[in-house]
Amino acid sequence: MSQRMKVSSNPHIRSKATTNGIMLAVVVALMPATGFGIYNFGMRALAVILVTVASTVLTEFLFGLYKKKTTVSDLSAVVTGLLLALNLPVTIPLWMAALGGVFAILVVKMLFGGLGQNFMNPALAARCFLLISFPTAMTAFTCDAYTGATPLAALKAGEQVNVLNMITGHTGGTIGETSVIALVAGACFLLAMGVIDLRIPGSYIVTFLLFAGIFGGRGFDPAYLSAQLAGGGLMLGAFFMATDYVTRPITVRGQYVFGIFLGLMTGIFRIFGPGAEGVSYAIILGNLLVPLIERVTKPTAFGYERGGKRA
Amino acid sequence: MNKAGERLYNGLVKENPTFVLMLGMCPTLAVTTSAMNGLGMGLTTMVVLALSNLFISLLRRVIPDRVRIPAFIVVIASFVTVVQLLLEAYLPALNKSLGVYIPLIVVNCIILGRAESYAYSNPPIPSLFDGIGMGLGFSFALTCIGAFRELLGAGKLFGAALMPEGFEPIRIFGQAPGAFFVLAMLVAVQNAIKNRRKKAGKPYEKIGSGCSEDCMNCSDRGCTRRFYDAGAAEKKPVRQPGSTAQGKRPKPAQKQAEFEYIDLDKEEK
Repeated sequence: MSQRMKVSSNPHIRSKATTNGIMLAVVVALMPATGFGIYNFGMRALAVILVTVASTVLTEFLFGLYKKKTTVSDLSAVVTGLLLALNLPVTIPLWMAALGGVFAILVVKMLFGGLGQNFMNPALAARCFLLISFPTAMTAFTCDAYTGATPLAALKAGEQVNVLNMITGHTGGTIGETSVIALVAGACFLLAMGVIDLRIPGSYIVTFLLFAGIFGGRGFDPAYLSAQLAGGGLMLGAFFMATDYVTRPITVRGQYVFGIFLGLMTGIFRIFGPGAEGVSYAIILGNLLVPLIERVTKPTAFGYERGGKRA
Repeated sequence: MNKAGERLYNGLVKENPTFVLMLGMCPTLAVTTSAMNGLGMGLTTMVVLALSNLFISLLRRVIPDRVRIPAFIVVIASFVTVVQLLLEAYLPALNKSLGVYIPLIVVNCIILGRAESYAYSNPPIPSLFDGIGMGLGFSFALTCIGAFRELLGAGKLFGAALMPEGFEPIRIFGQAPGAFFVLAMLVAVQNAIKNRRKKAGKPYEKIGSGCSEDCMNCSDRGCTRRFYDAGAAEKKPVRQPGSTAQGKRPKPAQKQAEFEYIDLDKEEK
């Protein structure tokens, strides 16, 4: 540890932000979406959430025992579990949810070195793992005992969708993605706390809207664009997952590049891909490119010309 | 001197082509969707490997150094053709499920690697057993990977349903990413066992057999150690032209102690 610390002379900037505090803020910010999910989908949603969070926390705890270094108290496992649960349909068998939690923590996070070392967002990686493994269970969406296509799938099929229902969240989808109002409320809390900023979500959403407007086939029709915006996991992904500290670029310019890339990929997946949704694949693909983006957008140090030569 | 047994052990455990040497990854990842496929691929490769090793070893004084790779390919390709025709005739189902990966055995790194690093510089009988050992190691590894993937990805083992009723197959294990997961896990488990043995001070084998440890003057083209311990070997003190012998030389004794390496032949005497 001590070798990794860089010792330098003062003045130092002291920040009061701790991992704990940030994670707690994210959990609080996710509460409106969680609450709405439970209200919308019933007690079974609560069961899915509890099982997923329990499995992530337990996996992290057991791995900590094995490594003789416990990291459960930094709450990151809780955030991962909660995000994963919000990305699952309410009808998913509980053992699948638990398996997803184990995969997220054990394979994606701990085996690569724990928090700060994971190369992609654990919750999203687990969602994609489950999506590939159990395609039927992961896409069975119901709402009010009515099973049917998600608004996005309906939109892709050329049907009319009720945008108002999509914004309040009274529609089919995964537990946490349906209500735009609840998600934006949580995002505003994070923005106010300074935990996230608008660089990535802003560039992501703007790029996606432009892409959907140009290539979506319906021009800049406000009803179509707002349905694309409110549908699927775009809000959840843009504000809560793309902004993950570990898997986003550090550089400011890189964050814009990252957001634009995510917008483009989501647009391509949604409009030209076989499925209706593409946020999760877009974000984990973006996560993989982060080291490259950071290398290209590395700012020039003071006293150096562009390209690293001394002035 | 039990060269044949040593070669078999070497191929199965010590230098297992899949888990230790990490060779032949393409068939390893592609065809192991079931235990049967893995076993079939492994045994097919073993036949080709043993025969090509034997014949390359027999021809080693005839093949000119410069054209040895094309010569190896000719030998290997002949045997692959023979094996493919035999499979088509007697095991059409297996042939169909392995598909293009049978002709691709020609360019399998394990076969070319063993020809280059062992058969070309060793007598025929040990070469034959080297091929059989490596082939068995490959078959064992592929069957293991295939068994895990079949069990998790389809709930079966060698075609027989094993998992309880409510089990839904984890489909990702039937696809390419699942192959990577299973391979990585098996390698990790195996390395963990090795590390534990090493920590406990029990004998564990470093790769490399029958080596004089003097890589500078080594004439053994087939020396595997040259590749795997290259970093350690290069650190050996090279005598500077100006310095006069003994005085300035760092202690070679200490350096050599770093190789905890056992000559299996010697132990058995």
